[in-house]
Amino acid sequence: MLLRHTPKEEVKREALTINPAKTCQPIGAMYASLGIHGCLPHSHGSQGCCAYHRSTLTRHYKEPIMAATSSFTEGSSVFGGQANLLQAINTIFTVYNPDIIAVHTTCLSETIGDDVNQIAQKAYDDGKVPEGKYVIHTNTPSYIGSHVTGFSNMTASMAKQLSEHTGRDIDQLNIIPGWVEPADMVEIKRLSAEMGVKIVMFPDTSGVLDAPQTGKHEMYPDGGTTIPELKSTGDSIYTIALGKFASEQAAQAIDSKCKVKYDMLDLPIGISATDRFIEALAKRGGVYVPESITKERGQLIDIVTDMHQYLYNKRVAIFGDPDQLIALTEFLIDLNMRPVYVVSGTPGKYFESRIMEIAGNKVPEIKVKNGSCADAFLLHQWIKNEPVDLLIGNTYGKYIARDEDIPFVRMGFPIVDRIGHSYFPTVGYKGGMRILEKILGVLMDKQDKDAKEEKFELVM
Amino acid sequence: MSKKLKDASTIKEEILKQYPPKVARKRSNAIVVNDPAIDQEILSNVRTIPGIITQRGCSYAGCKGVVLGPTRDIINITHGPIGCGFYSWLTRRNQTKPETEDSENYMPYCFSTDMQDDNIVFGGEKKLKAAIREAYDLFHPKGIAIFSTCPVGLIGDDVHAVARDMKEELGDCNVFGFSCEGYKGVSQSAGHHIANNQIFKHVVGRDNTVKEGKFKINLLGEYNIGGDGFVIDELFAKCGITVISTFSGNSTLGAFERSHTADLNLVMCHRSINYMAEMMETKYGIPWMKINFIGAKETAKSLRKIAQYFEDKELIETVEKVIAEEIQAVEETIKEIRPRTENKLAMIFVGGSRAHHYQGLFSELGMKTVSAGYEFGHRDDYEGRKVIPDIKVDADSRNIEELDVEKDPELYKERKSAADLKKLSDKGFEIADYIGMMPDMEKDTLVIDDISQYETEKLIEYYKPDVFCAGIKEKYAVQKMGIPLKQLHSYDYGGPYAGFKGAVNFYKDIDMMVNTSIWGLIKAPWEKEKQPEISANFVSGAV
Ligand code: SF4
Ligand code: SF4
Repeated sequence: MLLRHTPKEEVKREALTINPAKTCQPIGAMYASLGIHGCLPHSHGSQGCCAYHRSTLTRHYKEPIMAATSSFTEGSSVFGGQANLLQAINTIFTVYNPDIIAVHTTCLSETIGDDVNQIAQKAYDDGKVPEGKYVIHTNTPSYIGSHVTGFSNMTASMAKQLSEHTGRDIDQLNIIPGWVEPADMVEIKRLSAEMGVKIVMFPDTSGVLDAPQTGKHEMYPDGGTTIPELKSTGDSIYTIALGKFASEQAAQAIDSKCKVKYDMLDLPIGISATDRFIEALAKRGGVYVPESITKERGQLIDIVTDMHQYLYNKRVAIFGDPDQLIALTEFLIDLNMRPVYVVSGTPGKYFESRIMEIAGNKVPEIKVKNGSCADAFLLHQWIKNEPVDLLIGNTYGKYIARDEDIPFVRMGFPIVDRIGHSYFPTVGYKGGMRILEKILGVLMDKQDKDAKEEKFELVM
Repeated sequence: MSKKLKDASTIKEEILKQYPPKVARKRSNAIVVNDPAIDQEILSNVRTIPGIITQRGCSYAGCKGVVLGPTRDIINITHGPIGCGFYSWLTRRNQTKPETEDSENYMPYCFSTDMQDDNIVFGGEKKLKAAIREAYDLFHPKGIAIFSTCPVGLIGDDVHAVARDMKEELGDCNVFGFSCEGYKGVSQSAGHHIANNQIFKHVVGRDNTVKEGKFKINLLGEYNIGGDGFVIDELFAKCGITVISTFSGNSTLGAFERSHTADLNLVMCHRSINYMAEMMETKYGIPWMKINFIGAKETAKSLRKIAQYFEDKELIETVEKVIAEEIQAVEETIKEIRPRTENKLAMIFVGGSRAHHYQGLFSELGMKTVSAGYEFGHRDDYEGRKVIPDIKVDADSRNIEELDVEKDPELYKERKSAADLKKLSDKGFEIADYIGMMPDMEKDTLVIDDISQYETEKLIEYYKPDVFCAGIKEKYAVQKMGIPLKQLHSYDYGGPYAGFKGAVNFYKDIDMMVNTSIWGLIKAPWEKEKQPEISANFVSGAV
């Protein structure tokens, strides 16, 4: 057994997190920054954080993750990191020539109290930022929130520092997709185009983190939301924000700065949440839902009607990020599965209340925990006490799945041992089909593997 | 006949041109056109230039990730916000094999105090103590180690005091702390040193049980990535050499505690562990010798050195027998593969010793390493230990503690007389010595310390190597340029590459890498030739 020391008996922990179901803010900010075209993310702190964030994102995407660091030493920790950041900005524009640098902080620069806003301003004042180029920044102290908070903070900073209200309305919707994969961003754009709704989406990592092999390394691949697009978000007619934890802050920022109102929706994962997204697109975009989309929806429902015997009442444990888990819980319930354990390291009261709103009546036995000491160790203990039929989560889930012999579907961040998440979506009806294919695949593989010879089925 | 190398000084100039003047001046001293015939100085172990896009990580990574990560029966608690612990969770591929199904193994777990803002404001010591208690109550481990991340030092948490208190409180658990905050030093290297110090202080020498065995060694600086240590252990077993402890692949606290009972320390990765070797020599009288189990030639040479050190006829004979046995598969594989790899070019930019060690493997395949450098090496790793007295200690190194070590009045035992050691030294045995990478590289190769992303791409454009070795952060950018990248931290999830068996694996993997046909398919057929004119009356209505 790999997790041989995990006891069945649950004891209350208040100080020790074991096998976390979250990570730290800056990695989320770095990921969001990569969704701006021509952007070099910059980590203002010591270089280890940056190395870790780049490595983790690289393992997840199998793509270059370019980012720079202020490389603090003990001296900068005592005297502040201003000199380091100014030098970094100069080096970056000279050597790597991005359109924009997106600076985020780390625990270290936050603890010292570096004022990145002031330092960025000084860089402009000192002429370190070439004409037509930008430096934006956000605060990402890792002792608050989680990686999702960092994503949210950077996305909000894009809105705060780049959106402009010119007084001339543009016939477009803003979509803030939340922390989803490049494939999901492609899918959101496809759905909007299919609906005939013009959108500007930010951040947008598609075209950046799913770049083709061409024989040439592009520091700044084709994809990403451009700066003019980001500016234009202040003139859009409405904003649709997906996933409260990752996206609401940015939607609020545009609202308060440029008076663009917003709808706050769950991530469009599964049937009901996607329905609401499509309806919002139709309503805010002033269009009817085309036949083609109804057909996609019908295909998803068709799979469920055909295969529901394999899904009905199956107990499922899920862990990961709050926006995904909320949507996934609803999807599982739509499939008549029972999401009995839901765990996220990301704090926030809304999480539990939203999950209970969705599942409280339908899955009364549900256990939900998030925030402090809500970790994969606890989830594993729950599973040991009352087993589940399926586990859904990031790659670290495979240690539990192997020890307990539970079918396992990888969803979330990070996925470092399989490919596919950057190319195939989990949002929209097509995404629902993909999730279903995966769930059915692992459940049926287990049935095949465990069936006695006389019970082995050809057709399923 | 090998290809003539392209001129290294041209590319050096070319690289420096793009930098701001101050940066260019500094980088100029870190890029050396090699000449093994003369002494050349390289600027290394100095601060990375902010914004340059470096490969380097931090002191915490060197301490918790590299040195302590592979010990399975210590509970490693990261004291800090969640990230640092999360990222160093299972990501280094240190394999471990507990003795039985019930033996302790905490390596698949990640433990963190997950500091919150109130801990930053009011201090985190209380939470740390509570976390240690919770860990102890849940698992009853023999050892608990505490690793400090960046904020810890700044807010004034004293992890060593906490460790002392908790050790006393728990009674049967060794608790010790590491001040390995990420801003200490200039790279992972500081963390190695800090790890060495604390293990030496708190663990080594606590158990005087002497294991049976005629030839007792410790293997230092071998981390069992991809199972390297298993292969080396197997070789030792065949030769009749007893491994008291390995620092720190597949290791246990108990083995560290007995390590002072060995009669020879073998140093594999000089950078990360030379401190331990020196301190053990001073305190316990165990001589150390640099060896290298990467590459068949080096493996054979290292085994012979060990046998001669012990001056035992039977051991010398057994070693020869083992080499003769193992070398067969090596030779057969080389014979098959070498025609496909001969004269190809490699570049290696990684770590603090691998950039040197792996050159031997490439040369066994007839490949030439045209350019190499360390991520966090010091001048002694490049130029040899002879330069140590000349190394200027700067502010960043000065704040890493140097332990005052003295002869242990009871446990010190001379293993070999100074005269005997000198004799071995004169034979080129690298006794308490390391000759470094540069003397081993050819004239006009290019040595670069702490290479940047920009320099990496420039080098590739210039030399067009057949394989580039580095780490995960570099991998996909290099591969996008159409050049395969071999990861030498994680081995691309393959290996082992140590010893004879590992060498065979490496040859095969490199053959696969440089000869896989996919590189030939990068261009679509219609991109290779000029596009034919699209005829006006084509059928589809697409725009
Ligand atoms: S938790 Fe803080 S110190 Fe650790 S990696 Fe994240 S930002 Fe860096
Ligand atoms: S071999 Fe390299 S990567 Fe490994 S510990 Fe030594 S210096 Fe680090």
